[in-house]
Amino acid sequence: MRTDTNTDTSSPFTGGGQTRQDQTANRRARRALFGCALVTILTTLAIFVVLIDNAASYFFGARITELLAGASLSQEVTFTEFFTGTRWAPDHATPAHGIVPIVYGTLVITVGAAFVSIPIGTATAIYLSEYASDGVRAKLKPTLEILAGIPTIVYGYFAVAFINPVVLDPLADAVFGVSLGHYSMLSGMLVVGIMTIPMVSSISEDSMSAVPDSLRNGAYALGATRLDVSTRIVLPASISGILASYILAVSRAIGETMAVTLAAGANAQLTANPFDEIMTMTAYMVKMAQGTSAVGTVEYQSLFAVGLVLFLMTLAMNLLNDWFKRRFQEEYR
Amino acid sequence: MSSDTGTETETSRPSRSGLSDSASSGPGPTPPDTPTGLLTGSDLEYEHLKNRLFHGVLVAASLFGVVMLALLVLDVATDFYVGLTTYEVSLVDFVTRDGSQQAELAGFRGAIVASVILMLLTTILSFVVGVGTAIYLEEYAPDNRITRLIEANLANLAGVPSIVYGLLALAAFVNGIGLGPILLAGSIGLGLLVMPIIIVSSQEALRAVPDGVRNGSYATGATEWQTIRQVVLPAAMPGILTGTILALARAIGETAPLIMVGALFTNRLPLGPFDRFSAMPTQIYIWAQQPSQHFVHLAAVGIVVLLAFMLTMNAIALVLRSRYETEY
Repeated sequence: MRTDTNTDTSSPFTGGGQTRQDQTANRRARRALFGCALVTILTTLAIFVVLIDNAASYFFGARITELLAGASLSQEVTFTEFFTGTRWAPDHATPAHGIVPIVYGTLVITVGAAFVSIPIGTATAIYLSEYASDGVRAKLKPTLEILAGIPTIVYGYFAVAFINPVVLDPLADAVFGVSLGHYSMLSGMLVVGIMTIPMVSSISEDSMSAVPDSLRNGAYALGATRLDVSTRIVLPASISGILASYILAVSRAIGETMAVTLAAGANAQLTANPFDEIMTMTAYMVKMAQGTSAVGTVEYQSLFAVGLVLFLMTLAMNLLNDWFKRRFQEEYR
Repeated sequence: MSSDTGTETETSRPSRSGLSDSASSGPGPTPPDTPTGLLTGSDLEYEHLKNRLFHGVLVAASLFGVVMLALLVLDVATDFYVGLTTYEVSLVDFVTRDGSQQAELAGFRGAIVASVILMLLTTILSFVVGVGTAIYLEEYAPDNRITRLIEANLANLAGVPSIVYGLLALAAFVNGIGLGPILLAGSIGLGLLVMPIIIVSSQEALRAVPDGVRNGSYATGATEWQTIRQVVLPAAMPGILTGTILALARAIGETAPLIMVGALFTNRLPLGPFDRFSAMPTQIYIWAQQPSQHFVHLAAVGIVVLLAFMLTMNAIALVLRSRYETEY
């Protein structure tokens, strides 16, 4: 934002071009533009209200407004069951409301994806920032950024049409002698990992490039090799940006929807077998929205309870990211 | 790394002592008190080996992303080709027919038209408010708590998963005010989703206009609003439009919010903003899920059409940027 001297509209320039109408128009425009800015705040509030309101009817059988008006509070789903139950089937004939399996699904995909994107993304960033010639960087960087621009549905297709049947199925058959279904946890981890590589690499690279050359040259003058400079000078000096990129990638992986739905499937189970089908929170939401659950049914409301948990998880990641940036930011002049 | 030369090294480079440790643990450990201070041959070789290995690992990691991209493109291209030949999907029929239960008769026209209408509505809904917010933040906003709240909130909104915007549109617009699963409801979801992106890129475009330009206008006695309307906005417009088109190119591939809104069941030609719809990405999702390989290959053809739209939008943005961008 600008903080220059022109915020005062009753400045000494009034004798010249500015008429009273001009100044009124200026004030009106300012107010209208502030209104635009408020829309962003309203969006956040609306997300909170919508999620909490509908989640309230999931847990208590009444909306927030009804609860405030003194509606009888009937606990439909207990928090204990929701947060500790290990079976998730709100739409089943004998419903179960334990969110653990789908939170586990989301977390296991996120961790698996981080194992792909963090090492590869960081190494790519070091290569781009410290090793690559200008010509290579000018080609490699935009190429990798294409990965971030491809729609997630295409990654989902890639998983279901290539990674799972062509790469993982023969591998699983040859090494473990098991045959893969249509979906697998491992392909979900892989595609989400691949699509988050450019987030890690480009943000980390920006932060590494911001490290001043004087620090590098100081180390070179002491006889350090390029490896020493990369790992002992540049990495520590840019650690805040690197960690921020990791958090962003993880946050993106948590909220990732289409790729995991098509890759990992929709079977809510607690399994450690990477060749099994699992369900993430987002995949559950897609599956529910595809069904014909009417407004007011517990299936419909469960969407928002899951959505609230998902939103809070990504919100926590974003706040952590903010905190990291403020806490560890190194300023170079 | 050179071997140490006694106490002088200890005092002049204390932070790098760990480095000499690792060097001396190499195949040819040198006594730490060698008076020459020069590298012995084996030490240097070890360092070179380590560096070459590290370099190799970095190149391999960088190539991983490129190889994956190539595989993805190759896979889609192959399936596209197989779809056209083995399954005899005619491109003309594909873009002129609507959805069907029979793979032989299914087409993409309704989805293409729906996506185009969606993008138009999304632009109408998000462009004015988005650019307005950017102008307020860059040109008017005082440095106070409300402004900081808006900025922080903006960063947070950009990190909200797209599916949550879908939930918002579902609860507030599809069911809340009873719009139903129509194009307008979908574009509200997408509009809120791209708003933070449009705001941030517009802010960058406005920031690129130097203060000298503004001050020149103020010196003639213009108000802030006159300056913005007649000087700053025209100068920043190519950048703003580029950012908006890039944001829309992202929005056209967004699937999750549309599924939440309910854009799944109809693949007919929508005629206006109040029609039910299935857009390109949701239609691809439906087809990709089918057990029939014919439908899966239809999905590949659909992906090629979707990517063609995205590429065109990106190309337009690039042309806009290179042709109209003002250099200061």
